[in-house]
Order: sequence, then structure tokens, then C-alpha cells
Amino acid sequence: MKHTITLNVDNQPGVLARIVGLISGRGYNIETLNVGPTQDPNVSRMTMQVPGDDRVLEQVTRQLAKLVDVRSVNDLTQRRFINRELLLIKVAAPRERRSEIMELVGLFEGKIIAVRSADMVIQVAGDRDKLHALLALLEPLGVLDLARTGGIAIETENHNGADDEE
Amino acid sequence: MRTGAQCIIDGLQQAGVDRLFGIPGGTVLDIFELLYHAPIGFVLARHEQGAVHMADGYARASGLTGACIVTSGPGATNAVTGLATANMDGVPLVCIAGQVPSHMIGNDAFQEADTTGMTRGITKHNYLVRDVDELPRIMCEAFRLAADGKPGPVLIDVPKDIQRAQTAAVCDGKTGVRGSKPLPDCEAAVDALAEAIKRARKPVLFVGGGVIAGDAAAELQAVAQRARIPVTTTLMGLGAFPETDPLSLRMLGMHGSVAANRAVSACDLLISVGARFDDRVTGKIDQFAPNAVIAHIDIDPSAISKSVPVRIPVVGHVKTVLTRLLERLEPVTQREWLNEVAAWQKEYPFAYQNEDGKLASQYVIESVYHATDGKAAIVTDVGQHQMWAAHYYKYSQPRSFISSGGLGTMGFGLPAAIGAQFACPDRTVVLIAGDGSIQMNFQELVVAVEHRLPINVVVLNNGHLGMVRQWQEMFYRREYSATRLGQGERGKNERIVVHEKDRYLPDFVKLAEAHGAFATRVDAPEALPGALRDAIAADGPALVECMVKPEENVYPMVPPGASLIEMVHSMA
Repeated sequence: MKHTITLNVDNQPGVLARIVGLISGRGYNIETLNVGPTQDPNVSRMTMQVPGDDRVLEQVTRQLAKLVDVRSVNDLTQRRFINRELLLIKVAAPRERRSEIMELVGLFEGKIIAVRSADMVIQVAGDRDKLHALLALLEPLGVLDLARTGGIAIETENHNGADDEE
Repeated sequence: MRTGAQCIIDGLQQAGVDRLFGIPGGTVLDIFELLYHAPIGFVLARHEQGAVHMADGYARASGLTGACIVTSGPGATNAVTGLATANMDGVPLVCIAGQVPSHMIGNDAFQEADTTGMTRGITKHNYLVRDVDELPRIMCEAFRLAADGKPGPVLIDVPKDIQRAQTAAVCDGKTGVRGSKPLPDCEAAVDALAEAIKRARKPVLFVGGGVIAGDAAAELQAVAQRARIPVTTTLMGLGAFPETDPLSLRMLGMHGSVAANRAVSACDLLISVGARFDDRVTGKIDQFAPNAVIAHIDIDPSAISKSVPVRIPVVGHVKTVLTRLLERLEPVTQREWLNEVAAWQKEYPFAYQNEDGKLASQYVIESVYHATDGKAAIVTDVGQHQMWAAHYYKYSQPRSFISSGGLGTMGFGLPAAIGAQFACPDRTVVLIAGDGSIQMNFQELVVAVEHRLPINVVVLNNGHLGMVRQWQEMFYRREYSATRLGQGERGKNERIVVHEKDRYLPDFVKLAEAHGAFATRVDAPEALPGALRDAIAADGPALVECMVKPEENVYPMVPPGASLIEMVHSMA
């Protein structure tokens, strides 16, 4: 099963290597990984998606929690959370295909952020399924390059399980 | 203003370090310059692995945090085995490593190695110091981290320019100093455990090194006695419960006692206390304690249900947990279960064949037991002799059995014995070693001579890498590939063109004498007690080489992959 794990970690050199080492040392592949700053300059937020055995990943999560640089770990997999990813994609866009592409981008609530004579760059945010769907539609048109952030996640539920207003 | 080097010296003193083990080198010269005048005893090891094991032995014997210092590059790579050894057994240690100057890091500078990268997976935590202002805090934090929670080794990699840089920073030991994570409240879990003990008919306490590290042997004994629960220990737990007590089942696991392994297999409640269910303990995992509700007391939340599903997890300080548990237990006077267990103990003690005129390894250990009244600190290397030291010496005090359990590091023994003797100058320290493992750090004997440490080194010379040879005999068609240490009869794969005459090299007695130690060789059983007496009485280190039977096996044994009740008692 795929696990979505978020961590708040001390913003120190070597922290990423420590965390990645702990997971990859068990033979698990980190599918996506995102690191960014938080409102506190001393703390970074990591979100990762790791497919693997539930029991082993539960143990890995506990080991992550033990690391000195790790302030908190949450495996969101069994909880309610919002997961979003940002996609930048460059597609072939000759004049005659432009309106078709713009229509698709509109449907997916994306944005065209650069246009040149033969291609355009599109920005779309969303969950994995939405990005997959858009990619499937754009692929026949000719994807020249793409970059994805990997998911970032935030919990929508209190730790005691009660729903907040959404 | 202080230099970084001064911050290190001050940090060591602030942490109460009175003995530092190590070897100097180019990137730690600034620290050694100050050490020359510092009120810290320095012990010059002869190999960095030895230095770390000494600090480790010091920590295991005393319960204090060991400290060592090595230079960059090869100094740090040599220290790696020592750190991994301490990490596996949860030993509190701080290792200072020199590093090439900051601006040269990554340039393949002379004696450069990525020390923090190398040691990340084998330390509890490590630091590469990038700013001298952080050094005072890091020194405080390293000692805090090494000792609290589940203890472990912490490495501080200090570039040479940081050692020379000036700082006004100080650390009060609190501000900004991180430690192990706070533990959840364990009251409810202790209630559940007390209730389970009340209901159990066949309980067993399964005790690991955590009870010793957590200074909870007295509490454990009180719990065991009040509820009349038999106790088995892991190798690391030896000494946590007196093996002379009728409730002691002795050690369990691959080379455990029949009583311990049967009791664990038959019990209805298994209470693990500071043990981590190592594969050498559990045997075939899905048949481990098959009838039992398993409770696990541990300070490390990640140890719970790591290899065995645990019904009653109790995360907390073992001393606190056992104290609270004791308050909730009703005294029990007798249990039917104890009669069952006693019958196994009576029928299957650890036993061996004593042949006339031949020196048996097991007899040597028994003789050491008698010669020291069972009160010595026994240090071992790794192999058959280690298991015999566990079987034929009965441990009744914590910190009396010092051994590399988790990593199984051959060469650990001699430097660890030196560290233990430094920690406990008045205690009789006996190293039990094999002829294979003693060769791995023999050079450290000089240190014992220099400091007049009265350690007693008992080498069981069977001419083999005995435990490996045993596995070859039992599971690899008796093809002794590279396990003979004598010069004759070497395996054909070694392609020795002109065979030496059948003699044994090195001559351990001469070797020890060359190092300045008293040494003697024993071939016959009757000569042993006198030789041990002389060794113990000697002023300074003494080595007793015992020419034991060459192809003895450690029994009983649970073959790898078998369950604990499938014990082998001899080669059929």
C-alpha cells in the first residue's frame, strides 16, 4: 500500500540524507519527495510517498520519529488529508492545435504560463488522478518536457479524529 | 573568547569525562596540544578500533558515557567498527573525529573521508561542525543524546579550521540542547500488564540489556520474586538477574538453555523487559512463544512489534515501569508452573564431557568462575568461547558480562577489557577470548602493560575459527574452508604451496611477553587452577593460553531457521 508521510524536521544539513538513508536502507523506494520551508525558519516540511508493506512502514515511521532532527512524523494514509501536486508541462503547440490545448487546460483549471511559436508551458495543480488524466490527454499532442513536484499533503482532521469544518 | 579546540576540552570536562581514549593525527593536533595540559587522563590506543572499544568497555563497565578521539580519514574509518558495535548494543559513547579544514572538504584532501556520511547509519546521531559558535552546544547535546533514551554512540566531526577558530559562545547545558523524545505516559499500559500477570498461569520474564542500561536489576528482581516468575535473559541481559537464583532459567535463544527455550515456548505470558527480539534469540519467528500473550517493556517505541507482534506494549523507562508494576502486584507464594520449569532445569543443565587429561573449554570457564568467586567482570570476544562464557560462568551482578552481542565484533574483547579495568580499577577483570578473535586487536595489550592494568586474558586456543568451523561441521559437509588457524591441514582452497610443519603461529606466550605482559601456557586440566591464581595475583596484565580440544562444539544449539524447541544436543 502506498503511504503518504509528512515530517517536520530541523532545517539542518544532512537531515534529508538521514531520512532518505533510513528508508532506502530498508529497500524501499521513495516515489515522491518534497521538501520546503515552513512558517518557522528553523523547520522544514517534508512530504513523501512510499509504497510498501504496512507493518514495515509503521516501524520505519517510528524509527523516523526517533531521529534527533525530526520534530514530528505523520503517516496520513489512514487519515483524512488533502494531497496536491504541481505539474509544469511543455507541449508541442503549433498554431492549429493551440485552441484545443487551451480548452483542455481550461477544463483542468490549469494555466498557460508561456507561449512560443511551436510550444507552450502549462501549469496545473491537483491530485494525482487529475494530473494523470490531463497527461493522458496531452500525450498524443507531443509532450516535450515535464516536471512534477511530487505530492504535498496536509491533514484535514484533528489528531483525535474529529472533523473540522472543511 | 575560546578556540574550538578549547570548547571541545571544556565540553569533555563539563560532561565529567576523566578518561579519553584515542590516537592523535594531523587534524586533531590542536586538541592534543590542549590535552597535554588538561586534567583528563589520556589513553593512547594502538589502533582507532581499539580506542573506540576501550571507551565502549569503559561505558559498559561503569554505566558512564565513554569518550574517544580519532583523526580524520583512516582514523575515522578505523573507528567505524567500534561505533557500529556500540550502536548495536546501545552503549553511550561520544567520539570526536578530526576533519580536514572546511574549505577542503570534498576536494579529496589528504586523509579526508566523508565521516558523517559513513557513520550516519551506525551512530545514534552525528554532527559535522560548520560553525565554531555551535560547538559548545553540540558538545552538550552529544553527551545528552549518547546517554538518554536508548543510549548509543554520537560522533562529532570537527574540521581543523573550526578547532582553531575563536568563539564567545557558551552552553549552559540547557538552551537549545536537544535530547531524546519525551515518552508517553505508561500508567494504563502498566495496569494492563499487571492484570495480565494476575491472570497468567505460566508467565516468563524475558530480559535484555535494557535492564542493565536502565539500572533496573533490583526492580526486576523484586518483580520476579513477588510474582514468582521465572526469568530468562538474552546474552546482553546476563547479570540483570542472578543466575544462582532458582528462578533463573539462564540464557535463551540459539545457544540458550533447554529450560529457557522450553519455558518460552510453553508460557502463556511472555514479558519482555528491555530486549529487542533479536533473531539469535527468537529462532523461527512465527513459532516464538506460540502460546503466549506478549508484553514488551522498552524505552524505544520503534522496538515494539519490530519482529514479533506485541499485545501489551509498555513504552517507558524500565526502572519506572517496573517500580510501578511492583506496586500493582499481589505477592504470589507458589506456582504449579515453577515445578514444570524446575524439572527442565534439573534434567538439562549446561553440560559437557570432561575427558581425562584433555583441557575442555567449558572446564576453563568453570575454573575461572571458581577462581574469581563468580564476582569478576567477564569480558569476551566473539565466537564459541563467548557462548561458553555465557554457559559456564554464573552472573549475579549487572555489568559483569561485557560482550559484543548485536554486531558480534571479533577483536572487541581485549580493548573492551582494558576500558572496563580503567572504569573499575578494583575489580577483577577477566577476558575470555578465542585464538582467532584475540589476534584481531592484540596490539592493545601494550596499553594494559603501560598502565599496569591487572587484566587477565584467558585465550581458549582450539586452533580454529571455532564457531565458523562448528557451522561448517553441522551445516556445510565438514569442509573446513579457511577455518583452520594451525599451519598444517589447511584447506586446499588456500593454495599454500609449501606447507609449514604442523605448528601453531603465533606463539601467544612469546607474543604476550614481547608486549611486556606475563604469560603462561596450560595444556593439562590440573595445571589450570594454579595458572589462573598466578595470573590474577600478577601485578599487571597476564595471559593464560589454554590449549583446548580443537573440535569441540557449543551445545545445545537451535539450528538457524528452527524453532526454539528444536534443540540439537550433539552431532548425531
